[in-house]
Amino acid sequence: MKFTINGRSYEAEADIRTSVLDLLREHVGLTGSKKGCDHGQCGACTVLINGRRVNSCLTLAVMHQDDEITTIEGLGTPDDLHPLQAAFVAHDGYQCGYCTPGQICSAVGMLDEAKKGWPSHVSADLEHSDLSDAEISERMSGNICRCAAYPNIVDAIREVAGRAPAGRDVAGADA
Amino acid sequence: MLGLDKGDHVTLTMDEAHPVSLLDTGVQGVIGKPLSRVDGPDKVSGAATYAAEYALDDLAYGVLVGAAIGKGRVVSIDAAAAKAMPGVIDVVTDFDTFIRVSQQGGETEAPTQGVRDIEYFGEIIAIVVAETFEAARDAAERLPVEYERGDGVFAFSMDDARDGDLPTNIVPARTEQGDIDQAMRDAAVSVDVTYTTPSQNSAAMEPHASIATWEGDSLTLYGAYQMPTSDAQQLAESLGIAADKVRIIAHFIGGGFGSKLGIAPESVAAAVAAKRLGRPVKAVMMRQQVFDATVRRSNTSQRMRLAARADGTLIGIGHETTASNLSTEDFFEPAGISTHFLYAGDNRLVSHDLVRLNWLLSGSMRAPGEAVGLLGLECAVDELAMALDIDPIELRRINEPARDPEKDVDFSSRALMPALDTGAKRFGWEQRPVRPGTRREGEWLIGMGVAAAARANMLMETSAKVAIHPDGSVTVSSAMTDIGTGSYTILTQVAAEMLGVPMDRITMELGDTNDVPAAGSGGSWGACSSGSAIYLACEALRGKLARAMDVAEAALTLKDGRAIGDNRSTPIGDLVGDGIEAIGTIKPGEQEELFTQASYGAHFAEVAVNRVTGETRVRRMLGVFAAGRILNEKTARSQCLGGMTFGIGAALTEDLIHDTRTGKLVNRDLAEYHVPVNADVPQLEVVFLPERDIHANPIHAKGIGELGICGAGAAIANAIYNATAIRVRGFPITLDKLIAALPAV
Repeated sequence: MKFTINGRSYEAEADIRTSVLDLLREHVGLTGSKKGCDHGQCGACTVLINGRRVNSCLTLAVMHQDDEITTIEGLGTPDDLHPLQAAFVAHDGYQCGYCTPGQICSAVGMLDEAKKGWPSHVSADLEHSDLSDAEISERMSGNICRCAAYPNIVDAIREVAGRAPAGRDVAGADA
Repeated sequence: MLGLDKGDHVTLTMDEAHPVSLLDTGVQGVIGKPLSRVDGPDKVSGAATYAAEYALDDLAYGVLVGAAIGKGRVVSIDAAAAKAMPGVIDVVTDFDTFIRVSQQGGETEAPTQGVRDIEYFGEIIAIVVAETFEAARDAAERLPVEYERGDGVFAFSMDDARDGDLPTNIVPARTEQGDIDQAMRDAAVSVDVTYTTPSQNSAAMEPHASIATWEGDSLTLYGAYQMPTSDAQQLAESLGIAADKVRIIAHFIGGGFGSKLGIAPESVAAAVAAKRLGRPVKAVMMRQQVFDATVRRSNTSQRMRLAARADGTLIGIGHETTASNLSTEDFFEPAGISTHFLYAGDNRLVSHDLVRLNWLLSGSMRAPGEAVGLLGLECAVDELAMALDIDPIELRRINEPARDPEKDVDFSSRALMPALDTGAKRFGWEQRPVRPGTRREGEWLIGMGVAAAARANMLMETSAKVAIHPDGSVTVSSAMTDIGTGSYTILTQVAAEMLGVPMDRITMELGDTNDVPAAGSGGSWGACSSGSAIYLACEALRGKLARAMDVAEAALTLKDGRAIGDNRSTPIGDLVGDGIEAIGTIKPGEQEELFTQASYGAHFAEVAVNRVTGETRVRRMLGVFAAGRILNEKTARSQCLGGMTFGIGAALTEDLIHDTRTGKLVNRDLAEYHVPVNADVPQLEVVFLPERDIHANPIHAKGIGELGICGAGAAIANAIYNATAIRVRGFPITLDKLIAALPAV
């Protein structure tokens, strides 16, 4: 099978049952994408496929031979970090680091969705939604962080989204 | 490198207080600062390597097989059927050697071995090894196993027999002082209630993983383990080989929260399979297997008795906990640990007992003891405050002990009341509805709650080696780990401050048992134990530098890689010849007997409970903490955010459910076992109170990794009561437990 990953071409001899995640980790040697549950429940495996965020454990590699796959390694390197990667470091948007590549890939995809005006569960207006803290939290809730760096993750994403810091919206205050 | 001569290994046993810390006179100016993690760029770019990510040549993939019965015996395994499948190399079983349960943290013996007998659903009985993960997984799922079913105990009942006499687990199983029954009879106001908490799972994001590779009779295991030094001993004992034949490498660990303190079944299975096949074997537990077959926090039933005079003075405290475990395991959840010292009161009973069940092992999960014990104690104190009509903070002030109420010793430091008072002011406690169930905002009921935080402080024997090289750079090495706690960063800060060397000139080498031994990460002892070991090694090196420069040690200033003294300034590299090194070892001593040592804090929570659906939303939380010196404000805050969020999970959602017919976990994955997600966590505020603890260790810090969870859930539960006037005593407080009692809409 042939793949385009982070702008480079790869060839792999892989079982047709191989997920994109296992392709990356076990065949291509890109272990930045993490396996937390292998069932699409935790988001640690999130990568970008044709620019959209995808749980790479839930989709088979054989289905993505013509797609552009971007992993955390493709966003930036330790010496040349993507703005979101840098913001996660500055805001301590992680602790153990295991969910982090998925969080960051997810955030890249999420910011693009928000830019396109896609609403979320908490959007009051389906046509226009600003990226409030409640929106960021909701849209990032497919990525579990057991170390619970959530407030810091929101801080990091808010900074990159160019929004001024504000108190997080108060839950349950719809009255 | 100069050889190690006598004096280069410095050991300090904490028998005496250590009133002067060189960290207070260091001039590098990094200790305590909110510095970003030194390993951050690697973590955010996918360059940090976790256990399952080492690309070894000729690696084979192992997938574990768990028992599909809850009690009984394996009669046979049809390995031939699995081996006939494409890509399958072998089905490896060793009924004697495979470990039946994970080991508890810090033990040096093997855990209970032998998997012919099935004691709980999911017990790991075999490993299928194949050329690919896909082939191994498929064969493992289809492996024919014949069982002989036995009669097990699959449901927890307080009517069942209990041990009655258990060995000490952090605290004695039972202590009694005065007469609690008499105190209850004498009390003007009393509370006698039972709180229950369910089984919980640490649910670290990285599943347990091991890659085992043998060279002759020596094993190297890349493992996700919190305490590599003792884990290597456990592994050696399990395999029947000498401890020095096992090396564990754990440079990055994707969270632990207690679940990776001791070795888990995948380690021995991978080692046995690798030995048998003569090639490296990788075994990563499926998420479901992490739930089924590693370790849970025990469920508890806690009878709380508080006896008070009309003025609020406590005359009696009773905290009787019943937890559960397998018949072969003595670990009990030490839920009464902080009840021993948190409040005054002459008549006291703190006891723990076990019901024996065929459920998976119970053991340590973040703050074993306090995390669930303070749910019982701090909610009961809230109940007493309501019964007395005294503000909960004032009730705690009335019962603030001057000394340890059970031992004839002082507290090493104790900032409970300052934490409560600081928090009350900052949180706006005076705006709390005094009468519960009275504040409404539309369909939401609003309430505020408070709880004390306390976590016993521990120091563990730990060593670290520090070397200064001729180019002035520094290497620190130890079998310590960083499980997300920030060890790489805070330990670099300690070394940088002590040696006056910029952070980026220090290499921190952790997570390899080839380096000097360490207690690893657990029980919130990691930063203090390893930080102290580094402190001692650096102190010895400062002496060497002073002698090399021919100045008195007290007259030596170290800053930015230079040694300054006697009107001279020299790069430290010029003073070390071919290089110098020292090993520091810290050991706990009499100070832990002479003083009751703990970290303290206060939790405040505001919740909104929907009076239509019963849904609870945490609106905001504040934690005020005092834990001695804070080594890095940024990483310490993150530790507290994490603990407080565990508190949200414990209060509202986390609930491992056992099928009472088989003991099988019904919700054994991250979709059904509900840990808090981003949208569940509101603005969390963390405040640290300045503190030093000279009785704890030379760096004057105390543990912080678990303090944040201690009491956090109780503050939420008390806020729910304040919002609704409904007291739910069975955790977690899910909407079904509220909705029937909510006022009609």
